[in-house]
Amino acid sequence: MIVAEPKELAEVLEMVAPYDEILVVGCNTCMADCSAGGQKEVERLAKDLVAEREDLIVEKTTIPRQCSIKFIERLQDKVRGFKAVLSMGCGNGVQMLARQFPDIHVLPALNTRFIGAKDENGVWNETCMACGNCILWRTGGICPVTRCAKGLLNGPCGGSKDGKCEISKDVPCVWQEIYYSLNRLNLVHYLKDEAPKSGTRIHPRRVVKKDSRLQLLV
Amino acid sequence: MKSGSNLEKVLSSGQFALTAEAGPPKGTSAAAVKRKGDILKTCCDALNVTDNQTAIVRMSSISGCVLLKGMDVEPIMQMVVRDRNRIAIQSDILGAVALGIRNILCLSGDHQSFGNHPSAKGVYDIDSIQFIQLVKTMRDEHKFLNGEDISGDVPLYIGAAANPFADPFEFRVRRLAKKIKAGADFIQTQGIFDMDKFSRWMTIVCDEGLDQKVHILGGIIPIKSVGMARYMAKNVAGISVPDELVKRMQGAKDAKEEGVKIALETIEQLKEVDGVHGVHIMAIAWEDIVPRIAEEAGLMPRPIL
Ligand code: SF4
Repeated sequence: MIVAEPKELAEVLEMVAPYDEILVVGCNTCMADCSAGGQKEVERLAKDLVAEREDLIVEKTTIPRQCSIKFIERLQDKVRGFKAVLSMGCGNGVQMLARQFPDIHVLPALNTRFIGAKDENGVWNETCMACGNCILWRTGGICPVTRCAKGLLNGPCGGSKDGKCEISKDVPCVWQEIYYSLNRLNLVHYLKDEAPKSGTRIHPRRVVKKDSRLQLLV
Repeated sequence: MKSGSNLEKVLSSGQFALTAEAGPPKGTSAAAVKRKGDILKTCCDALNVTDNQTAIVRMSSISGCVLLKGMDVEPIMQMVVRDRNRIAIQSDILGAVALGIRNILCLSGDHQSFGNHPSAKGVYDIDSIQFIQLVKTMRDEHKFLNGEDISGDVPLYIGAAANPFADPFEFRVRRLAKKIKAGADFIQTQGIFDMDKFSRWMTIVCDEGLDQKVHILGGIIPIKSVGMARYMAKNVAGISVPDELVKRMQGAKDAKEEGVKIALETIEQLKEVDGVHGVHIMAIAWEDIVPRIAEEAGLMPRPIL
């Protein structure tokens, strides 16, 4: 899932300062899972905003996903009359709302952090940086590009000790985890092979699927 | 000869090599580099010039190398991939060769979070093994990473680091093999305090015939005080300092003398280890001890080839 964190209330207040009325829009999939912008968090933020600004009229709504145009279209009536909308979606959700409603100022209530997983209560870790060149089959299902502090393709480096990364005793050395994982799978010989080439990192990225485009034309 | 460097000549002639380390200053003083060059000039075959070690900003390695070359000291240019993408790496290599540098040590580099600009963006566009391969391709095939031709020769003697003390131990020889396959001509190891573990590592290295393919220089870090021993044991990534050694330093009347003794004992032991072709002395902020260690270890005078 995509993991985000709520912005400081002060920053949200600064963004909404020019407006008397605001619609808070939650996103009930990833943002709910990472306790950043689901229905529960929408309620809380609405309360906090009113507590700080009595004059502010706050309305709330939550859609299943802000990354889907079909759910965003359902907001058509809700947003009418608002000059500004506070999105509790990820960065993509904010941009999709802004594109759908070009005359409304769409404000981000969250800082989008990464693609990751919940590892324990209240702790999420980055697992994938969408590099576009997946090598997980040869690294035992653990991504070094994302999770090794140096993004090494040939690890572990000389700083790896007792399962920990050289940068901190709180950070696991994923290359050791990869090593043990491959050992378990009897695939440790993969580490002997030449390292895969680093993926391209050119932004902005785009995916074009020829067959889906053809369908659209029909 | 791959590079014609003095280090290459000494190692190829089968003599026990001695290299040392000279860190450039946190400032602009050429004299600071030259002072280290003066001290170390006659007692080693080549001098490593570090590249912003521990991610602390210092004078660049290339300029340190050029300053040393100007006084007839042969430099080994250390280069890390932490701060450079593949364009900068290749460009710096071309420049270094043009300036007469003939040895390079390819490193990934200490993570930027250790240094004095912890929020710097770490580049790590390629890793140390890909880096070694890149230099070898530039030298042997006259080609850039993208396959385009390089005009002119790239005579570089390629070095890499190895840390037998990092985990997992079983993997460490494999990693060395990978570096050799990528193109390493010589290896400088992490500072050795745990001779037992080092010997075990070297046994596997020799069993796999890797000592025939690369020259291994054992790392020596002279210890100045108990505090330093303790600090390294706790805080320095990838160094393993056994408790006995800390105790020995603690019990010593003259800590510095004890440090020299330990270094000399380690060199004596290394001379006996199969497959070790030299030592690399990293006397951090204690360069003036190196000539004495070289002398008392029976490694003087250095060969002139
Ligand atoms: S210690 Fe492990 S995780 Fe950390 S930089 Fe080295 S290889 Fe990567």
